[in-house]
Amino acid sequence: MDFLSDVAAWFGEVGRWTDDDGIIVRTVEHLWLAVFPMLLAVLISLPVAVWLGHRRIGAFVANAVVNIGRAIPSFGLIVLAAVFFARAGVSLRFWPAAVALLALAIPPIFTNAYTAIVTVPRETVEAARGMGFTETEVLWRIEVPMGAPLIFAGIRISFIQVLATVPLAAVLSSGGGLGQYVIRGFSQGPGGLVEVFSGAMLIAILTLGADWLLSRGERLILPEGLRGRSSEEIRVAASVS
Amino acid sequence: MILAQETALFDWEWVGRNLDSIWERTLEHLALTGVALAVGIVIATGLSAVALRRPRSYTTITAATGLLYTIPSLAVFALVAPLVGIGTSTQRFITAEIALISYTLLILTRNIVTGINGVPAGVREAATGMGYRDGERVRQIELPLALPAVMAGIRIATVTVIGLVTVTALLGLGGLGFFILDGLRRSIIFPTEIVVGVALSVSLAALIDISLLGLGRVLTPWAQDRGT
Repeated sequence: MDFLSDVAAWFGEVGRWTDDDGIIVRTVEHLWLAVFPMLLAVLISLPVAVWLGHRRIGAFVANAVVNIGRAIPSFGLIVLAAVFFARAGVSLRFWPAAVALLALAIPPIFTNAYTAIVTVPRETVEAARGMGFTETEVLWRIEVPMGAPLIFAGIRISFIQVLATVPLAAVLSSGGGLGQYVIRGFSQGPGGLVEVFSGAMLIAILTLGADWLLSRGERLILPEGLRGRSSEEIRVAASVS
Repeated sequence: MILAQETALFDWEWVGRNLDSIWERTLEHLALTGVALAVGIVIATGLSAVALRRPRSYTTITAATGLLYTIPSLAVFALVAPLVGIGTSTQRFITAEIALISYTLLILTRNIVTGINGVPAGVREAATGMGYRDGERVRQIELPLALPAVMAGIRIATVTVIGLVTVTALLGLGGLGFFILDGLRRSIIFPTEIVVGVALSVSLAALIDISLLGLGRVLTPWAQDRGT
């Protein structure tokens, strides 16, 4: 009980929410560190994946991307990125984590988008061509809408994974969003556990909340007839941080 | 040391001088992974048994293990640490293992249940018709047939855990993750140590993945082209 009241006191400290190191600033930092690499990852991987899927080529690329993504430890990747940015004399607060997270964000988006397009039934595509659809129309009016659930699922999985990895970036510098509390607490040994626990609660709430919101959003965006193609199995295919 | 890091990105001499500690950390990495996998398989088998007997509980089990899987690794370590304590090395080990095990459950349970459910109904009926009792049928007929799916789950879980073990360096464990963190926390970043940590961790994952793939093939010679 003592411990929990210490945690409650931690949340109630003066400036805990509004300081430069406060929960609000840290949460914004956390979200931005996830959203920025995500946007880049979507811009890079969606066009390539959709195009390869449309041409029905490059299955081995999709396979390789997911396997490589799973084998590389995200923690190691972030620290490796820091090595190169430190050599270049760049501040370690944003860029190393952003670049490492970009690399981690690509595999789920890419693989899901590719699978989404490739698994559109061939007969449907042929029927559209037979009806006089041009290739662009086939892509935009048949393949992309039908693949949309899986494409969205990939983006959601990737975002949650990136959001979950952001805290690790706190080992590099004073950044890393809410992870900063946990890393700082751990470096203080048993005496820092209150901060460790409080930070972890915030991280868990943010991640689970984002996951919930995105899966709700997914359902709202997608037309009813397309909601059947579930994303459950891909969840596992994506690697964790 | 400082000179070495300024001249070369990779210092082979450091590797030569630290072979003992590299070997030791590799073993620690394997121990952390092995224990997590072993306990994870036992718990997942129990959960699967429940799910298969009462199909309605499967949704709950998937939701619960999915929740554990979604919470970021650092947060899980951090939430468990105050409960278990991090004062002694045993406490740190238990903290790390609880978090690592929690990540294996979704993957393992799902693959076991999917594997067993994938056994054709005809096979099941034939076994019952031949006089197999429920337990016997599950152990002698259904499990072997589900093995490719189970092995696929074990492979994914293993590769995932090997990557996650590096994070336990923050608890003062970490196997190969120790090198990653140590290289970073020197007054001047020491790339060699970081590269050694990451490269060995990736190689370990690849090596074990391939070994498990091989083991799966040996165990299920009838399923050469499936379950990979």
